Amino acid sequence: MAFDAEAVIRTAHLARISLPTAEVPAVAEQLERIMEMVEALRNVPTGGVGGMAHPLDLEQPLRPDIAQNPDRREALMQNAPAVRDGLFLVPKVIE
Amino acid sequence: MDLSEASLRELRDALRSRRVSAQELARFYLDRVAAHNPALNAFITITEAEALAAATAADGRLAAGEEGALLGIPMAHKDIFCTEGVRTTCASRMLEQFTAPYNATVVERLQTAGMVMLGKLNMDEFAMGSSNETSHFGAVRNPWDLQRVPGGSSGGSAAAVAAGLVPAATGTDTGGSIRQPAALCGVTGIKPTYGRVSRYGMIAFASSLDQGGPLAKTAEDCALLLEAMAGHDPRDATSHPEAAGVFASTLDAPLQGLRVGVPEEFFGAGLDPEVAAAVEAGIRVLAAQGAVIKPIHLPNNAHAVSTYYVLAPAEASSNLARFDGVRYTYRAAGVEDLTDLYQRSRYEGFGAEVRRRILIGTYVLSAGYYDAYYLKAQQVRSLIREDFRRAFAQVDVIVGPTTPTAAFALGDKAQDPVAMYLADIYTIAVNLAGIPAMSIPCGLTAGGLPIGMQLMGNYFTDGLLLNVAHRFQQETDWHRQRPALASAKE
Repeated sequence: MAFDAEAVIRTAHLARISLPTAEVPAVAEQLERIMEMVEALRNVPTGGVGGMAHPLDLEQPLRPDIAQNPDRREALMQNAPAVRDGLFLVPKVIE
Repeated sequence: MDLSEASLRELRDALRSRRVSAQELARFYLDRVAAHNPALNAFITITEAEALAAATAADGRLAAGEEGALLGIPMAHKDIFCTEGVRTTCASRMLEQFTAPYNATVVERLQTAGMVMLGKLNMDEFAMGSSNETSHFGAVRNPWDLQRVPGGSSGGSAAAVAAGLVPAATGTDTGGSIRQPAALCGVTGIKPTYGRVSRYGMIAFASSLDQGGPLAKTAEDCALLLEAMAGHDPRDATSHPEAAGVFASTLDAPLQGLRVGVPEEFFGAGLDPEVAAAVEAGIRVLAAQGAVIKPIHLPNNAHAVSTYYVLAPAEASSNLARFDGVRYTYRAAGVEDLTDLYQRSRYEGFGAEVRRRILIGTYVLSAGYYDAYYLKAQQVRSLIREDFRRAFAQVDVIVGPTTPTAAFALGDKAQDPVAMYLADIYTIAVNLAGIPAMSIPCGLTAGGLPIGMQLMGNYFTDGLLLNVAHRFQQETDWHRQRPALASAKE
């Protein structure tokens, strides 16, 4: 079994999602079912097959190295829940 | 002319000949939205004032003699496309109050073409779902049967077009999210070749799979819309240099000699017999026009759903890491410290399905599991692409069902994620390969629900698919069937 309660708690921590303890068993069961479906891939022979990360075999495009930095700070920060003086506010991290 | 039934070409002709103004058209459709949206819940945001202003501008351009194919025609965007100054929610609590600071390229292009946006359409949260039930703003109802789902994730788009609330809508398709709702609502939709339509300003779910496209009543309408939407965009690194295309001028090409592949794997167990019969009848319509029907095999399609549920969640877990409670609107109240802020904002801001996919993605990418899941899925993805390469060496298009069943009842699969995922069993392989595909109406069940037929093509044969679909629609009237809408006043 891939997803026991401990694996769910560990993964939720990695994903920075605080899952209430009461929800862990139900989530574990659903994730386990999904992973059972995914496990079928193990039986597909893929020896010597390269991985495909992307549909198009394109080279990474480059643009001329010219600075483009219009000042849109205010517009881009307007959706933040808490800002002051052009900075994002978060709880104190240094005592 | 019943404006709610009119094609884009008919609307354009009416606008050019001054039988109707863009203002009147916008008013007409806004009134339909007001009358029917309460029952359907297809719109998250209605932008009436902006629409009327855009219509006035379009009337000015028409009066000045401009002749664009889409000028003055109303539409609505899936709420995944950023619209400057207009709320863009992705149907998530996380972005409930998010106002985009810029326009998506698709929005910009259709705006430049003179289309009049009426609002933003409901969808599954962050496009993760096949029924529209994961929306923070509530499920969309299927206009053919209000107790059934419209499909997803572009369910609002498909329902709005089917109900005649808009003549056209945008959608996005990561694993079937344009085609599956198009099939379930009886409309026409195309997922273009990956790289045709810019992803700039289209909120990312799984970047190597996401592709925007149109939903409308006919293939011809989709061709006109795709011509305006497609094109190279330097702001999207995956935009193809030859993304632009002309699709409307080749719609009438004859199908004589067209090689049509029918994958046997798409007609096995799990396919509803009514859907199978309708699609088989559809294939006979193509044969009657001179197409040569050949059985083909896509053996690795059986692994598509499993492959997808490794790769799409992996990409999603990375893309959605940006929603941290610091930069994008939603933040949990009364947090203890920074970690608590991240964790609680993400728990409260995301719905259960989005959280589930983030957890799956995080898990398959975590130390010790990467090779077993992520790398393995990438290899199987190669095999799925190889299947299509082999098939397209023998045939020009592949035809099969879009979905295993017609629209299912609300709540039917909501508690069983795996059952829900299997609703996309015929659509997912296309996204993994990156090829174009569309869904067109090809029948109705005995219970009066639409059935969709899927056309798949090789890379950059979007025009051929639209041509085949258009010829099909010249011979059939399934795309003209409309649901009987109850009046809101009843």
